[in-house]
Formats: sequence, structure tokens, C-alpha cells
Amino acid sequence: MTDATDITPKRQSGLAEFWYYFTRSKGAVIGLLVFALVVLMAILAPLISPHLPNVQNQSMILLPPAWMNGGNSSFLLGTDAVGRDILSRLIYGSRYSLFIGIVVVSIAVVSGVLVGLIAGYLGGWVDSAIMRVMDVILAFPSLLLALVLVAILGPGLTNAMIAIALVDLPHFVRLTRAAVMTEKNKDYVVGSRVAGAGWLRLMFITILPNCLAPLIVQATLAFSSAILDAAALGFLGMGAQPPTPEWGTMLAEAREFIQRAWWVVTFPGLAILITVLAINLMGDGLRDALDPKLKRS
Amino acid sequence: MKKLALLLAASALASAFATSAWSKTLVYCSEGSPEGFDPGLSESGTTFDASSKTVYNRLVEFKRGTTDVVPGLAESWTVSPDGLVYTFKLRKGVKFQTTDYFTPTRDFNADDVIFTFDRMSNKDNPFHTYVNGGDYTYYADMSLPKLIKSWEKVDDNTVKLTLTTPNSPMLADLAMDFASIMSKEYADKLISDKNLLQLNQKPLGTGPFTFVAYQQDAVIRYKANPDYWDGKQKIDDLIFAITPDAAVRMQRLKAGECQVANAPSPADIPGLKADKSLTVMEQPGLNIGYLAYNTTQPPFDKPEVRKALNMAINKKGILEAVYPGIGEIAKNPIPPTMWSYDNKVEDDKYDPAAAKAMLEKAGVKDLKMKIWAMPVARPYNPNARRMAELIQADFAKVGVGVEIVSYDWTQYLKLAADPKHDGAVLAGWTGDNGDPDNFMTPLLSCDAVGSGNKAAWCDKEFSDVVKKAAAVSDKAERTKLYEQAQVIFKAQAPWATIAHSLVVLPMSSKVKGYLQDPLGSHRFDGVDIEN
Amino acid sequence: MFGFFLRRLGLLIPTFIGVTLVSFLFIRLLPGDPIIAMAGERGVTPQRYQELVQQFGFDKPMMLQYFDYLRGVLHGDLGTSITTKRPVLAEFRNLFPATLELSICAIILAVALGIPAGVVAAVKRGSWIDQTLMGTALVGYSMPIFWWGLLLIIFFSGYLGWTPVSGRISLMYFFPPVTGFMLIDSLLSGQQGAFSSAVSHLILPSIVLATIPLAVIARQTRSAMLEVLGEDYVRTARSKGLAPFRVIGIHALRNALIPVVTTIGLQIGVLMAGAILTETIFSWPGVGKWMVDAVFKRDYPVVQGGLLLIAGIIMIVNLLVDVAYGFINPRVRK
Repeated sequence: MTDATDITPKRQSGLAEFWYYFTRSKGAVIGLLVFALVVLMAILAPLISPHLPNVQNQSMILLPPAWMNGGNSSFLLGTDAVGRDILSRLIYGSRYSLFIGIVVVSIAVVSGVLVGLIAGYLGGWVDSAIMRVMDVILAFPSLLLALVLVAILGPGLTNAMIAIALVDLPHFVRLTRAAVMTEKNKDYVVGSRVAGAGWLRLMFITILPNCLAPLIVQATLAFSSAILDAAALGFLGMGAQPPTPEWGTMLAEAREFIQRAWWVVTFPGLAILITVLAINLMGDGLRDALDPKLKRS
Repeated sequence: MKKLALLLAASALASAFATSAWSKTLVYCSEGSPEGFDPGLSESGTTFDASSKTVYNRLVEFKRGTTDVVPGLAESWTVSPDGLVYTFKLRKGVKFQTTDYFTPTRDFNADDVIFTFDRMSNKDNPFHTYVNGGDYTYYADMSLPKLIKSWEKVDDNTVKLTLTTPNSPMLADLAMDFASIMSKEYADKLISDKNLLQLNQKPLGTGPFTFVAYQQDAVIRYKANPDYWDGKQKIDDLIFAITPDAAVRMQRLKAGECQVANAPSPADIPGLKADKSLTVMEQPGLNIGYLAYNTTQPPFDKPEVRKALNMAINKKGILEAVYPGIGEIAKNPIPPTMWSYDNKVEDDKYDPAAAKAMLEKAGVKDLKMKIWAMPVARPYNPNARRMAELIQADFAKVGVGVEIVSYDWTQYLKLAADPKHDGAVLAGWTGDNGDPDNFMTPLLSCDAVGSGNKAAWCDKEFSDVVKKAAAVSDKAERTKLYEQAQVIFKAQAPWATIAHSLVVLPMSSKVKGYLQDPLGSHRFDGVDIEN
Repeated sequence: MFGFFLRRLGLLIPTFIGVTLVSFLFIRLLPGDPIIAMAGERGVTPQRYQELVQQFGFDKPMMLQYFDYLRGVLHGDLGTSITTKRPVLAEFRNLFPATLELSICAIILAVALGIPAGVVAAVKRGSWIDQTLMGTALVGYSMPIFWWGLLLIIFFSGYLGWTPVSGRISLMYFFPPVTGFMLIDSLLSGQQGAFSSAVSHLILPSIVLATIPLAVIARQTRSAMLEVLGEDYVRTARSKGLAPFRVIGIHALRNALIPVVTTIGLQIGVLMAGAILTETIFSWPGVGKWMVDAVFKRDYPVVQGGLLLIAGIIMIVNLLVDVAYGFINPRVRK
């Protein structure tokens, strides 16, 4: 970890050092800015959206965006099949996407780390059993597994989030387990064990903080893939249910208008792409800043 | 070496088919894959289009473009005065199709008719349960096991059908797809080959088109049957291009990849109509979309409450948002194209103020209710969720709070059929055979409470009238009885009748002689195409 | 080597049993009664219901049902589709070549573009070329491919009219399937234009399916190359004055490719997940669309059998990748 210090002018606190490397990447900063904007949009949705997301305006069905012929400046990005303002739905939709990301990552990280710590620390048959279960989950294509899980639990946003979190779980388990396995025989761990630290303390206070870096990177990746997967499930009709303005669900509803109203198809997808891209840019920046091996380059 | 021979054979076979590119070919973009090719086992229009309408005939047929019953494989028939015995004279010289998997040695005769119905009713027939989980459900649903006493062969060209009670819709039932006549000789060969399943995979009948090949979930190919008893078809090849996505279907139609495309999404219809190279056919469908109150649940057990709620629904708004250009407002439980439709019945007027007053008078205050929206698009209701949202907004105006609920489709059907379910259910029906009994009995009679009667509405008077109408054979008298039933229905208001949807079928202007089927199927006999 | 293979195979057995158990349980847990699902809008009489329950063995205890199922699986009997009444395995065999053909084309596309892009980006590290390539790769990696497919259809099929809208080959052509791969079958058929028709049908779906693997491979190749380029022997080769092309092409790339090959192998799961969306959008008659349809139609035996078969294929491919990796890199064999 310390070999990086020869580039920095003087040794700084961990956070400052991290920030230094993070901001060295232009992409990461752009990603962070865009992401901050999306977060702001989600928080301020009721204040900034010109209309309510679910109010139907039956005299304004499928209006094109404002700059086109027949557009209406009150509906900047046009309206959908029942006359709802697309811009407002997109703004409110950001709430769902962020919410999905946060919930999925929280569930996956908390349970994944816990299971991974147990597997890595205890080893033996517990480890084998846990890893075989993870192998089973990984043997299925993630989206297919999530699709069938949602079919079992019933279509809806909550169940979609649970399904995606479960599908993401093995990555966190494997990562934590591998980190614990390499850390647990290192001197500092052996040292604190000799000093009489309990296994709980060893696991959470001694070992875990040293595996954080890859976990944070993986969590960022999981955040963006959760948004994509939830949108895909919504698109297949198994995610958030209409009239929820979730972006994937909006796309599913818009599909029948692909011939006639390109805007109802284009904008929700663009919103997904931009958000996911911003998070991935941040993720790349995080990885570069946290991964000592890559700091050299 | 063997492989090479196989390849050579394959390419020889292929070049034999390649010539078909110069013949008259009609491509139909269908909405889904058939479940199989034995129409007796199915209830789906998609399967019927691909099997009974192309490959098979029935004893009696619906005249193209109508619901009139005309002779098919039976040239003529007589009915005994008590209405219990039907005697069918069979057409002579009708040939079953010759294919690469079967060559018939004899003409169609009475044995084929007996076999067709025996396999549905006789548990010992090897074809009674020849596919795992396969079932002659339509036959059972039309109550035929109860109605039919026997089928008898009188001679090679005469069969006799005996009923247990007189039933005037019987002839229309026999014109339905499930009653398609199969070849006994082919079936016998499959038994000796120990390959019964083939009956459902490679169909063989007497119909206008011969089955050529089915590539799963992609293409079904037919060619004109050269020996067809009613003359060879004008088109040589008929292709079903299976295209489940509506937007893609319309794109294929515009690109000329197919000449007829089924079920456009409402949003595409204006664009299709504007396209000069296309013809868009429209016809009122034989269907009804409705909201069924649970008439056993207070306060919906009071007709005046149901009536008041009906007056709160803005059907015009629903028509515009849910059936844009593809629907008309419904006031009766049967569609206007059906005989005995009573046009004198007056619809509940949209009047929120009056509705509110009526509710108050009935002592209903702060009513909270559930409305069930089905999770799938149906022909009679392209978007139940949207419809439920609109009704929710309408009811809010008269002070009724609505919670929209939905279930998985199979759950939905099961739960909605249970008379104890909570709330009003969005539902619908598409007719099978053009007889009013086919709507009244399964949807509204006392016998149907617990199955098709989702309002759980048992009105003795209504049920008696409908029962009587089914037993009488005089059409004028039946009409009177059904009109009476419609008046009772409207006064009691177990449903809010919402809309009848139009069936819209876009096709290339090159397609000539296509007639839309009021029963919603797609028939390509008698159709021609200009090159 | 053989011992390593056997050990890996041994690890597969508990996973396989787990997979059968999961696919078996899923179906038992799905809401909605499979028999009601079969009966559809008209419902079913109680007596017929009982008959069907017995016919499907739903009245037996769960354990017994599982063993019956396992016995069937080992005999190649995966049940019968509720909708088509045909054996699940036969349906899978009919449809899998379509998915395989699409996946192979997609992976070829991803490798053919991804590796050069990664190499160029690594060699020109920090330049605008690197930034453009990696920026594009990240966009591809972030792409909601179902939307991407729709956009391509709108533009190339709808607006320009260059590519067909859906299907595997123009309906004008008809020949019996020999291999199940439309590209090969169309050549074998000897019909004029058949091959180019098959190609034009494959283009858009392959692009859509290749998008994410392409991005992953490009990124992976770049970082592997960077690592290798920094190593001593490459520096030495460079300082000896070997032509840059030789250094990059022979020394560096060969070593960099080892992790990339693993990445490619692991993309099979990604491809199968992508196939679900791609096939749905392009009405491609493969197993991905088949599974989605089955989930919606509640065709329980198909969902169950399909899950098992797809998981089985992924497991076998992963095993092969592992073994190949062990072959290249003896260190992991221990």
C-alpha cells in the first residue's frame, strides 16, 4: 500500500490520498458530477418536475418533444400514450433507480460479506457447503434466475430487488472469502488472536477493514448492474408495475409506439444509459484510486 | 459417405422447394406459435388458425365472413321433429391430403366422423389421452358430453347423432374448430407405428391447404391441396410467419415480408391506414369487455348501487384511451353484430352528479372498493390496467375510493371465479360460435356461478329465460327471449358493460378476396394475391 | 492433468445436484396452479382437476416427486411442455442451434473487435485513441441492451430499411434443417441469396448480443496488455531493438491473452442472459425467448427443464475453460 507514496509529494491521510487519485481521472469526476445531478434530481423531484408523474391528460396524448412540430413547451420531452409528461416521469423515475441500486447493494453487501466472512473464517465443511450453494447460483444466467425468482415471488419492484440482490450475492461472498483467506494468516491477525481478540472482533474489526477496497469497487459495479437488471425485468414486465415511472417499465409500456412516437422509447433508455454510465465511470475511478497495483500506471 | 448422401438428398429436396419462389405465395404474420395441430385439444385461436382453418374441414362450416352454418363435409342433414336426432348425409369423393408422411388409400367416409368424436368422448379410444396433459376441453366446455347421447354409422355416407335433450345451438357447435374431422386411416397408421403424438404434430385432413413443415416458433408452411373437394386454392403456398411482437409484425408488413398481419397495436393503426400500399379491414369483434361487480358483496348486492356506479363511468374517455379507434361503447352483454341484439335497450347515462345522489340515497358513504385489473392484454381489453386507472379516477369523482389489484393471470382467473372474491373484476369474453346462448349461459346464468359468472349473479328470471331460449329451435321465438334477457340484465346491472372491440386486420393491397371472420379467426381459403 | 480434470469434475457433481434441486423447487414454489394454468380462461371441472393432479403426480409427497424427477433427468426425460405437449428436451434441441449460432457470431464479433481495440488502447495509453476506445467500451458496458436493440431496429430496419426486422432468414427460402445453423444450412441448400439473407438477419441481433462482451473483452485486454508491457522481458525485448509489432504481437499479446481467454469463457453466462433480451426483441426463435415465454405462460416443465439444461451447459463450458486454463497455466493445477 505504501509504494504509492513515492508519487505523492508527502504522505497524506487515507481519505485525502484517495481523493487525490480519484480526481486525477477526468472520467471519474464527470461521473461523480452526473451522478450527483441524478441524486439531486431524485431528491428535488417534486420541486423541479413540471407535472405530476401519474397525471393523465387525455387531450395531450403522445405529444412530441417541445422543439418538434406539434410539440408543447409545457411538455419538454413530449407525452406518453395517456398524456403523462415524459420529463416528469423520468425525473421521478430517478428515485426508483437510485432506490433500487441502494437497496440491492445493501442487501447483497451485508449478507454477502457476512456469509463470506463466515465461510472464509471458519473454513472446513461450512465453507465448502456455502461455496457449493454459491456455485449453484452462479450456474444460472443472472437475468434468467432473477426472472424465474420474480415469477415465484410475484411481479413487482420489491421482489425484483430481492431477486437481483440474491443473484448478486455470490460475487460478494467470493470476494470477502478470498480476502479473509489471504488476510487471516497474516501477522497482524495472528498477533491480535494471540493477544486474545474474540473471533467476532477478529472478523469485523481486524480483518474486514482490510478487504474493503475490492468490496467498494464491486459494490459500485453491483449498483449499476442492479439498475440495468431492474430495468430489464421491468422491460420484460416482471419488474416495477405500471403506472410506476420506473425507466425499464416505461420502456416496456412504450414499446408499442416504436413506429409512431420515437420519443417515448428513446428518453427512458437514455436516462438508464446516462445514469449507469456515470456510476461505472465513478467505479473505474474508485478502482484506480483504491487498487494499489494499478496506481503505478 | 452416408453423410454426403444425406447432404445431397437435402440439397435436392431443397431445390425442389426452391421453385416455390415463383409461385403465388401468401405470407401471414401470425401472433404466436400454435400449441399443436390437433384442433380438438386446443382452445386457442392461434392454434385453430394454423390447424382447423387450413388443414381440416368440419361436417358443417361457417360460411366465409359470416356465422351462418352451411354444408361442409356433410352435404345435407335432417333433424327429427323432437329435435333429438340429426342425420348427416356425407359428401362423396372427398380425398384426404397426400403428404410425404402419409398417402391415403380411401376417400373420406362415416368411419372418420365416428373416430373424430369417439376420441373425444370414449375413454378407451387410444387417442383419448394420447398427449400428456392433453384434453378435449372445448368439447367438454360446450357441455357436449352431457348433450350427446351417441354417434352412429348408418352406412358409409350417413351418420346419425342422437342428443339427450333438444339443443338449438348444436349445429353451430359442430361447425366449431374442435369438431374438425380427422382421418381414421391416418390415425390407425400412427397406432401401428406406435407414434400417436404425430397426430398433434403433423396434421392431415381434407381442408384447402396441406401441411408442409413447421419450424418451431418461427414458420409454418402449407401448400394448396390439389385434391380439395371445393377446388384448388388460388394461392399456391401459404406461410405463417410467427411474430409475437406487434410492432415487429407491422414492420414486417410494411417491409413486404408478409402480406397480412394480425392484431396491430392500436397506436399503429393510424399510420397503417395512411399507408397507400395497405388495406386496413375492420369489423366489430364478437366480444365484450366488462366490469363485473360481485353481486353477493354489500353494498354491490343492491342493483341501485351498481346502477349508480355504472353512471359514474365515463365510457367515452375509456374508449379513447384504451380502445383508440378500435372500439365501441357496449350497453348489452352481447355485441351488436349478433342476432337478437336489443338496440332498444338504453345505456346508463354518464352523470356523476346523479350517480352521487343515487349512492347517497342508497345509504352508501365513504365506499372503498377494489377493482381487479387483469395482467394481460386480451382482444376485448387491450389494456386492463389503464382501464382500471380511468375507472378509479371516475369513481373518485363520486366519492368512491378504488384500490387497483392484480394477480398473476392464472391466479386471477381462479380467484375471480370464486363467488367470495373481494371487489369488482375486469373481465371479458370472445364468442365461440355466434350464438347468443354462448354469451348468456356461460357468463350470466345461475349454473355458471363459481366458474364463468364472475358477478356471482344468480337471477332466477334471467336464467329461466335463457334456458328456455336454448331449448327452442324457432329463431324468431329465441330472439324474443334473448331480448327479454337483455332487458332484465340492464335493469339488474350485474356488470358495467364497457366496450366491444373492433378487430382490425391490415394487409397488403395486393391481397384480394379476404373476408374477415366475425368469430375472429383467420381464413385464407378463397383468397388470391396479385403479383 | 487428468487428475486435475477429475477433481474439477468431482466438484461439479454437488453443484449439479443443487441445480436439479433448485429447478425442481422453483416450479413447486411458483404461484398459480399449473393445472389451472393449463385450463385457461374457461376453468376446469373439479373431477378433471383431480385426474390431472394424479396424471402429473402432484399428489405424491415432495421427496418422491423429486426422485421421480431426478430419475427422469438421468434418463433424458425432462417432462412435456404444457402448451405444445411435446418433450421439453426435443424442443430445446430444436431451438438451441438458433441460440448457439447467435452466440457464436456475437462472441466472434466481440473477440474480433475487442482484442485489437484493447491492444491499441494499451499501446497508445493515455492518447485520445485510448480515451475514445475505452470511453466507447464503457458506454457499451453500461448499455441497456434491450433499448439498444430497439434503437437499432428503429434506425436500420425502420428508417433505412437495410436489415430485415426479425426472423432468421427470408421466408422465400425454405430448406430442411441439416445442422440447425442457418448460415451453414443456407450454404448447403445451394439456393441463391439464401446465405446473404441469413447473414443480413443475423447482423443486428449479433451486434446487440456482442455489445457487453465486446466492452468487457476490450477493457480486459487493455489492462492485461498494460501489465505485460510493464514486465521486464518486454522491456528487454524492446531495448534489444525488436520491432514494436513483434514485441506487441508475439511476446506481449501471447501472455496477455491468458486472462482474456478466461474472460471470454466466462462470458457464456452473460451471453445467455443477453440472449433472453436479444431474442425477445428480435423474435429470434431460440431458447432465451422460449424460456421467457414459458415463464409467462406458466409452462412449468419448460421452465424447469430449460433452467436445468442452460445451467448444465454453462457448467460444462466453465469446466472446459478451467481445464484449458490449467493447461496453459500449470500453476493452478495443484
